[in-house]
Amino acid sequence: MKEKRKKIFGQNITKTILALTLTYVIIQLLVYTNIINSYLQITLATICINIILAVSLNLITGFTGQFSLGHAGFMSIGAYACAIITLKNPTTTGFVLGVLTGAVAAAIVGFLVGLPTLRLQGDYLAIATLGMSEIIKVVFINLDKITNGAAGLSGIPQFVNWTWLFVFTAGTILVIFNLLRSSHGRACISIREDEIAASAMGINTTRYKVIAFTFGAFCAGIAGALYASYFYFIEPGLFGFQRSIDVLVIVVFGGLGSISGSVLAAILLAVISTYLQALSEIRMILYSLLLIIIMLFRPQGLLGSKEISLNFFKKRGKLFPGKGRI
Amino acid sequence: MPVLKVEKLTKSFGGLMAVHNVDLDIYKGELVGLIGPNGAGKTTVFNLLTGFYMPTKGKITLWKDGKQKDLQGLKPHTICNEGLARTFQNIRLFKDLTVLDNVRIAMHRNVRYGLLSAFFHLPSYKREETKLLKKSMELLKIMKLDHKYNEYAKNLPYGEQRHLEIARALATNPTVLLLDEPAAGMNPAETVMLSELIGWIRRKFDLTILLIEHDMSLVMKICERIYVLDYGMVIANGAPDEVKSNKRVIEAYLGEDVGDA
Repeated sequence: MKEKRKKIFGQNITKTILALTLTYVIIQLLVYTNIINSYLQITLATICINIILAVSLNLITGFTGQFSLGHAGFMSIGAYACAIITLKNPTTTGFVLGVLTGAVAAAIVGFLVGLPTLRLQGDYLAIATLGMSEIIKVVFINLDKITNGAAGLSGIPQFVNWTWLFVFTAGTILVIFNLLRSSHGRACISIREDEIAASAMGINTTRYKVIAFTFGAFCAGIAGALYASYFYFIEPGLFGFQRSIDVLVIVVFGGLGSISGSVLAAILLAVISTYLQALSEIRMILYSLLLIIIMLFRPQGLLGSKEISLNFFKKRGKLFPGKGRI
Repeated sequence: MPVLKVEKLTKSFGGLMAVHNVDLDIYKGELVGLIGPNGAGKTTVFNLLTGFYMPTKGKITLWKDGKQKDLQGLKPHTICNEGLARTFQNIRLFKDLTVLDNVRIAMHRNVRYGLLSAFFHLPSYKREETKLLKKSMELLKIMKLDHKYNEYAKNLPYGEQRHLEIARALATNPTVLLLDEPAAGMNPAETVMLSELIGWIRRKFDLTILLIEHDMSLVMKICERIYVLDYGMVIANGAPDEVKSNKRVIEAYLGEDVGDA
């Protein structure tokens, strides 16, 4: 029974903390010794922001089974909220307040949008969320006085460094991971598996769809806030349809229903696209070709719905019961 | 004392009366069968009872712990939480989840910790999850599925998938259990085992059971009372022997040899 319980509750906390600390310290050292130079640091920031976006979209699409194309919209809300607040109050407190406000604002919009649209399914939901994100974009373009319209906001004070990136990225991953290993997370997954059976088993499907959607929006808001604070400059065009697709590509590439898959895919795709910079003209062609090839050979994504575990090398590491799947 | 009472239940799809003025009285501890030719409206009745269809008119009342509750117009998950659980004609397990998770999901409503605790795995998470795990394993043990707790539902043999679906319905702690063709696709030996299982869980969990079945040998053997449905209407009801010799029932089943079963 003890063995069984261990299997079900997953690995112990100390190991997780150790792994996280190690990741933080190593990267911090690499940044400090300038092995990760300022150019590579941009890639690092992109990776972290993309991880937050992908993991939270995976919660909505991969685990709860709700096909959303509106993640960029939520991201832009976080970005603008954080930018406006830190421009007025350029202190660390202002920054933290900005991130929180951005996340909460995105979550509120997510909740309000999710309540009516989550009645839709599949393609219809995708179109509805796509429309929502375009509306948000247009609103930001037209709120000239606050957002400076299409010209965007520039000179946003930069507070984001590796430490902040790490805190928010690791925090998002852990919280979503924890959620999925709880009864509430299983309720979300049951909706993906069979919505009718889930409701027949007493799961309030609407409630859990809205929870997943709202929390996904919250995380996207955080990602947007980090983006604004790291890259000095935002404009509505940055948060268009293309960005939602980029995030979706990471999620599908890593595997729908795999958190570690999303993390791995975000890292891989960022590294690939960084190294392809050297071949400027044919860069996008190679990138797309690579995606097509990988999708042909691994249509379920890099990890399918499996998870990499810290016990990976012992060949028996299973974070979840059921052969590594949730 | 009735535990489930259905009065003048009607459902029309456009011009088609799928279910017309159906009255059912199910008493506590009974095992009642609902039979009828193909397309008679049996599954529609189940879908109306469990909230998947909205009744055109009619009343559904459930008694639980002496309290009376109207079910018509409620959402499926609310009805389940009121104590009416069901299985499906075409098995609807969570195929890509483990046997254990299938049962744990059905026990979700008993879980007493909030989202915050789920996000940060606070002490209440651990306490409640341990309790949940213990209860699920107990139930799986009763249903003789405990050794397969870590197996994907889709990898179970057909008969065990049916068992798991019943286990999952039991996990919601129902007062009335609705079984939609539990013996469909089973061979005679499996059907015999199933009929024993149904009788046994009824005693063990103090259940009232309403079942739809095509396998007449099963219905005639285990049901105490039978409702016969044809063209959406109840044409007969009574003990198996009475129903078997009822003229209207024989007519409805014209071509099928009810007398033999």
